Amino acid sequence: MTWETVMGLEVHVELSTKSKIFCSCTTQFGGEPNTHCCPGCWGMPGTLPVLNEKVLEYALKAGLALNCEITRYNQFDRKNYFYPDLTKAYQISQIYLPFARNGYVDIVTRSGEEKRIRIHEIHMEEDAGKLIHSAYGDYTYPDFNRCGIALIEIVSKPDFRSSQEVIAYLEQIKSTLEYLGISDVKMEEGSLRADVNLSVRPLGSDKLGIRTEMKNINSFKSIERAIDYETSRHIETLETGGLLVQETRRWDDNKGKTFSMRSKENSRDYRFFPDPDIPPISISEEFLLQLKAQQPELAHEKKVRYMSQYGLSEYEARLLTESKFLAKLFEETVELSKNPKETAVWMLGDMMYLMKEQSLEASKLCISHEQFAAFITAVASGKINRTVAKPIFEKVFASHDFDVNKYIKANNLLQINDEDIIKQVAKEVINENPGTVDEYKSGKNKVFSFFVGQTMKKLHGKANPSTVNAIVSEELEKI
Amino acid sequence: MDITKMTALEIGKAIKSKAFTSVEAVTAFLDKIRETDRELNAYITVCAQEAIQRAKSVQEKINKGETTSPLAGVPVSIKDNICTNAVKTSCASKILGNFTPVYNATVMDKAEEAGLIMLGKLNMDEFAMGSTTETSFYGPVKNPWDISCSPGGSSGGAAAAVAAGEAAIALGSDSDGGIRQPAAHCSVTGFKPTYGAVSRNGLSAYASSFDQIGPIAKDVADCAAMTDIICGKDPLDGTSLDIKHPGYLNSLTDDVRGMRIGFYNECLEDGAGTDVARLIGDASKIFEEMGSTVEEIGLPFLNYVVPVNYIIACAQASSNLSRFDGTKYGFRSKEYNGVNDLYSATRGEGFGDEVKKRIIFGTFVLSSGYYDAFYNKALRVRALIKEQLDEIFSKYDLIICPVTEKSASKLGESLRANSKMYKEDIFTAAANIGGLPALSVPCGLDKRNMPVGMQLIGQRLDDVTVLSAGYAFQQRTVFHKLTAGGDSR
Repeated sequence: MTWETVMGLEVHVELSTKSKIFCSCTTQFGGEPNTHCCPGCWGMPGTLPVLNEKVLEYALKAGLALNCEITRYNQFDRKNYFYPDLTKAYQISQIYLPFARNGYVDIVTRSGEEKRIRIHEIHMEEDAGKLIHSAYGDYTYPDFNRCGIALIEIVSKPDFRSSQEVIAYLEQIKSTLEYLGISDVKMEEGSLRADVNLSVRPLGSDKLGIRTEMKNINSFKSIERAIDYETSRHIETLETGGLLVQETRRWDDNKGKTFSMRSKENSRDYRFFPDPDIPPISISEEFLLQLKAQQPELAHEKKVRYMSQYGLSEYEARLLTESKFLAKLFEETVELSKNPKETAVWMLGDMMYLMKEQSLEASKLCISHEQFAAFITAVASGKINRTVAKPIFEKVFASHDFDVNKYIKANNLLQINDEDIIKQVAKEVINENPGTVDEYKSGKNKVFSFFVGQTMKKLHGKANPSTVNAIVSEELEKI
Repeated sequence: MDITKMTALEIGKAIKSKAFTSVEAVTAFLDKIRETDRELNAYITVCAQEAIQRAKSVQEKINKGETTSPLAGVPVSIKDNICTNAVKTSCASKILGNFTPVYNATVMDKAEEAGLIMLGKLNMDEFAMGSTTETSFYGPVKNPWDISCSPGGSSGGAAAAVAAGEAAIALGSDSDGGIRQPAAHCSVTGFKPTYGAVSRNGLSAYASSFDQIGPIAKDVADCAAMTDIICGKDPLDGTSLDIKHPGYLNSLTDDVRGMRIGFYNECLEDGAGTDVARLIGDASKIFEEMGSTVEEIGLPFLNYVVPVNYIIACAQASSNLSRFDGTKYGFRSKEYNGVNDLYSATRGEGFGDEVKKRIIFGTFVLSSGYYDAFYNKALRVRALIKEQLDEIFSKYDLIICPVTEKSASKLGESLRANSKMYKEDIFTAAANIGGLPALSVPCGLDKRNMPVGMQLIGQRLDDVTVLSAGYAFQQRTVFHKLTAGGDSR
């Protein structure tokens, strides 16, 4: 039988507000355990949550950018359960009235397929702390620094059919939130976390199968593995006549497997009710218009503009605009170099290669757009040739302070365009290799590149390659 | 001159005029506590040395003219569910028996800013759950008028201490009558301001929608002076109101001519209840004599007040009290096996019966499948009650009614008949449901020679009218001056 995988995603995103959602404690990542805390974070008696308005603003920006309807009358609810990382024994969330609903994200998968993924709702909530289990004794050490960091949870409809779609969706969300400047969206630091709801069904069926929810997936790579694993587990179970249960499962990245956390029968009764400590919030039309006006150009709009304004291909434009940081570097560099094509070539070629090699995120790039522009100008104007350019680019890429023109001058790397000099060297090479000349004359055209190579070598790789080609050919003909 | 019989304002004035010092005032109350509290059990913690130390430094500020509040140098006693920095705050529960906050409630900061001196922490019903102060882990408080009787609750320690001269003035909390009912039972004056007028930050939450901190004092003027000190918008409490407070003490007037008063006096039970009705009736006549118009009104929602209050309060409490789980602070059971057992053992041993009962009830009404039938319905009924209250206040400036049907019950009586204790709140809880300002003032003694209180309820944000009406009444009467010993203040 052919099976179809059906998935929905719950994506948690930490908002990058300076202070927490209900108190003024810092949200900085890391820090000694329990130092970014106040009595409220510790769940001490009498402490009260007061909404950080910046959180509301950030959340609404996300809701608007993800094409949602915004709830005008907002309230927070309590989700009650006992767990040592939850100091109040309830999480403040939005259950009854999520702030955003009925949105969508348009994705393009790696293989170029386009699809619209619908968003069911987005709500605001607070994060919980972290528990560190002792390796030596029967102890657990709680760290409440993360308690009260603002989150939005983006809940999709069950619109995914492949891990490719899931990854494209996550990349799209990451890109959008990055452009909005409302989250660091870093999976490895936990500021972007995705839970996958997955079920399988015979292809063509319109009924949903028994679903499981996978938690603890910490990287894009793991997502693909986890989905593949869980899909096979579902199919195998069904094909061997086994029974699937609706449950929450934890992905173990080291073992490459999922393990049952709790079944539906054991699911908690969260006893949701409106939080009486936080007065309801009304959102005005005016405020929404103001936020809409502030919305920056997002990836899709940028892509379309790059294609028309700079004449880039769809593929080039898409790669450059996926990340806010790449797009920013591109635009600033083009502003100075006036050469979008050459800039795109270097960014998509050598730069992407180096980033991949060093597994460097675009946000961590230290390249200076001024030096990059100087580099592009030097290449495009023929000041340096491509052979020389490659190692120079690596230096531009590696250090913010690297001075391109100074380096070219100091190391005498200017391209040699003087035909007399090249001619002289070409003649030398021809004279020094009479045997090879004979080979060439007897019709072995392949050795032509030997003469070019030797000439280039004698000129320390700095000569204009096309000039060298022309002159070597010319000189050989003369013989 | 007996300092412990003076009002807080009188003490403040005397200190300012150098009749005696703040240290002498503090010492007088500490002596009184030493003398009578072994029997009354109004205090959980007494801060004798700290209070004297602080009195000295406050006195210096007063001498230099740096502190000008009318209550500067006056000792204040605090209900034990209001957090006090570095002083144990137990909520009269075993589970917080070793809990010392590292922060002050906002009202404490404000009281200290005004130069008041914290004398100690007052006994109460455990987590304010009760109307008799018998659910305290630290044992019941006794009514100074008759030590075989309860002082009421949940701020029973506060009312008893003020009545017995163990406190000049106190801060209590009121979620369903917790200030007004014990004030009535002990013949002192208790005021619950409009919800949101006073910050709840640092008040251990029972029923977040209803809880409000307020003063218990010897008269209305003291209550007004204290409200001036503790009121105001607080950045640490999102439900505190951003309104301009008029200066309650200065706004007091004994002119209540033309005030439209709706009067409700149907006590549901016979016997002692009719005694209360008689006293309230007499009190209402005094308002007529002062030129107010008094008309009998109905309170059609009265039968719904107690159920709505209990459903909402217990539901919220079940969530509010979940944080007491033995993992972070407070009591932890000695024996447990795994984290879930740690929770149940700690909470099983740490909470008293009444608290457990309300947590279980509150958990039930919020459970999936029951939420709409109970909690959500209670919220809707609350909205209807509010509408009916608004309707009444479109015609009247003030409601006068009893605080309770009966004077103080015998100790042990209510614990045997639980639902009777809940019904005690029938007259008081409406003000919490509506978020309204409400005052309890003494209006005489019943046939048992026990105090009876009259309740004045005003429209939301109209705290001034309520306080002024009470003030005018006390200008014409001496009930608030009666003390347990039979003599008057």
